[in-house]
Amino acid sequence: MVGRSIPQIIWGRLRKDRVAMVCLVILAAYYTIAIFGPFVAGFVGIDPYKFDSSAISDLGGKPVLPNGGISWQHPLGVEWGTGRDIFAQLLFGLRISLVISTCATFLTVVFGVFFGIVAGYTGGKTDTILGRFMDLILAFPFLLIVMALSGVLTDRLTALGVPQGNASRILYLILVMSVFGWPYLARIVRGQVLSLREREFVEAALSMGAGRRRILFTEILPNLWAPILVYATLTLPSYIGFEAVLSFLGVGVLPPDVTFGSMLAQSVTYFNVVPLYLFIPGTVLVILVVSFNLLGDALRDALDPKAVH
Amino acid sequence: MILLLFLLTVAVFLLFSILPGDPARLTCGKSCTPDIIEANRHRLGLDKPPLEQYEAFIGGIFFGREFSEDSPQPVICNAPCLGYSYNRHAQVLGLIVNAFPVTFWLATGAFILWITTGISLGILAALTHGRWPDRLVMTLSLIGYSLPAFFIGLVLMFFVIIKWRWLPFPSYVSPFDNLGQFLQTMLLPWIVLAVLYTAFYMRLTRNQVLETFGEDYVRTARAKGLPERTVVVKHALRAGLAPIVTAAGLDLAGLLGGAIISENIFSLPGLGSLSLNAVTDSDLPLLAGITLCTATFIIVANLVVDLLYAVIDPRVRLGS
Repeated sequence: MVGRSIPQIIWGRLRKDRVAMVCLVILAAYYTIAIFGPFVAGFVGIDPYKFDSSAISDLGGKPVLPNGGISWQHPLGVEWGTGRDIFAQLLFGLRISLVISTCATFLTVVFGVFFGIVAGYTGGKTDTILGRFMDLILAFPFLLIVMALSGVLTDRLTALGVPQGNASRILYLILVMSVFGWPYLARIVRGQVLSLREREFVEAALSMGAGRRRILFTEILPNLWAPILVYATLTLPSYIGFEAVLSFLGVGVLPPDVTFGSMLAQSVTYFNVVPLYLFIPGTVLVILVVSFNLLGDALRDALDPKAVH
Repeated sequence: MILLLFLLTVAVFLLFSILPGDPARLTCGKSCTPDIIEANRHRLGLDKPPLEQYEAFIGGIFFGREFSEDSPQPVICNAPCLGYSYNRHAQVLGLIVNAFPVTFWLATGAFILWITTGISLGILAALTHGRWPDRLVMTLSLIGYSLPAFFIGLVLMFFVIIKWRWLPFPSYVSPFDNLGQFLQTMLLPWIVLAVLYTAFYMRLTRNQVLETFGEDYVRTARAKGLPERTVVVKHALRAGLAPIVTAAGLDLAGLLGGAIISENIFSLPGLGSLSLNAVTDSDLPLLAGITLCTATFIIVANLVVDLLYAVIDPRVRLGS
């Protein structure tokens, strides 16, 4: 019998999970489309910002063709009033949404892991202070605080030299979601570290004279990647949802850029005439979020040593 | 807890009074002149050093305060004073108190709905572990928490109100004035909120009950020959209930601070809509007030939940 490393075992389990593999393929497709789609669209001549007055009627701006103006030229129809291509909007919106959620998840993990390890390993006063600090952050209602600070902090970022407009807003969303999101992960990590630091290999490293930094980041950190991976996979879709909600409420990414949220917000005005305005971006969003959640669940099962396989 | 509340006031003060740089600039909307800004800055006490401002802020909560002491008509803000909104020319506390009942009814109704369905379906899933009802419940749960709440809200609104016209367009009235219209208005918001939380509670309850089924005392109870019903309800469920109570307490407290999405979609004039409006016109004092209230709810709920723990689970005794 050949020995297998833990990542190999887990990958083996995951590969047998058909749902997880389908989700993985879907997500890979989403990311590929988000990265390359807009370039390709540029070559074919689709542009989310280009007004197409031939696709909408002169009076009221209603799309000329039925179902929101679906045609060969505009496969998913056009926007009411401007004739902007919905397919192109989705491509660019997906990119914005994934940039925000992926970066925010990455930063959340960095903060969460760092403070979790420090709190768990150092213990004592540092742990108490960090613990209180986390309690405080967790007491803030997340959505409210993200909304409430959007105006002032976006201005501050602009003042710091970040280009005005959506560049500042996107950076703001990434920062504020990670700053108010890390304590959840830090708590999980802290709990794990509390038990890991009593283990023999840490004692062995200590007795060989390893410094604190080596113990924390070379000995303990590699043992934490399972909970971190699961947490990140489940946090990312929640951040996608948050971004969508904020744009839906009009405090996220602003026009002329569009994301899922702003498309859905716009759809409210017209969906009694063109229901597809609601269902096209909605479906694209839901498939994305569901795939992430299913993959996260599958990962958790695959990483759980107690699970029966 | 007192410490946490104190830290909270400091944090809210820092976030909303110091971080913005110049809050006075945001006090007077579009028709702003430097004179008005200066006047407002003085009247709100924003020209004083930060520590003094913080003292005034805290003093207002306990003893009340006056804005623009040296002007002929000062604004008197009685304790507990959370601040004064110049955009709305009203006291923050009054605005919050006016909006609160809507949010209260919304949160409470949804809470009852999700607790009953979530826990009962969760128990059902645990009892039929591995068979089709369990799988059905788990699938529903996954769908429930994957669907963004505002999408559920919009889809429900599209079908129920616009397409099929089963319900009239929502317009809030107090349940004491017109119970029928109140129920018609609140039904969909309740469902939207409940879907999200039910999904979570089904899963939580199922996992808790399954976990306690493995405990020794449950086996003992079975060995004593107690009826299955008693084993499930009195032994397994009671012990598994503690984490559910924690989650329920915190979720309800969070919702009492405003269900921004549901209130926005169904145009309910509650705290969520109030805070969204405050964001749109940069009403920082109002935002600070709402944040402070909501976070206080959550901190108090934390305490209540801890106390309830001891009542529910005899294994937990405080102070031992």
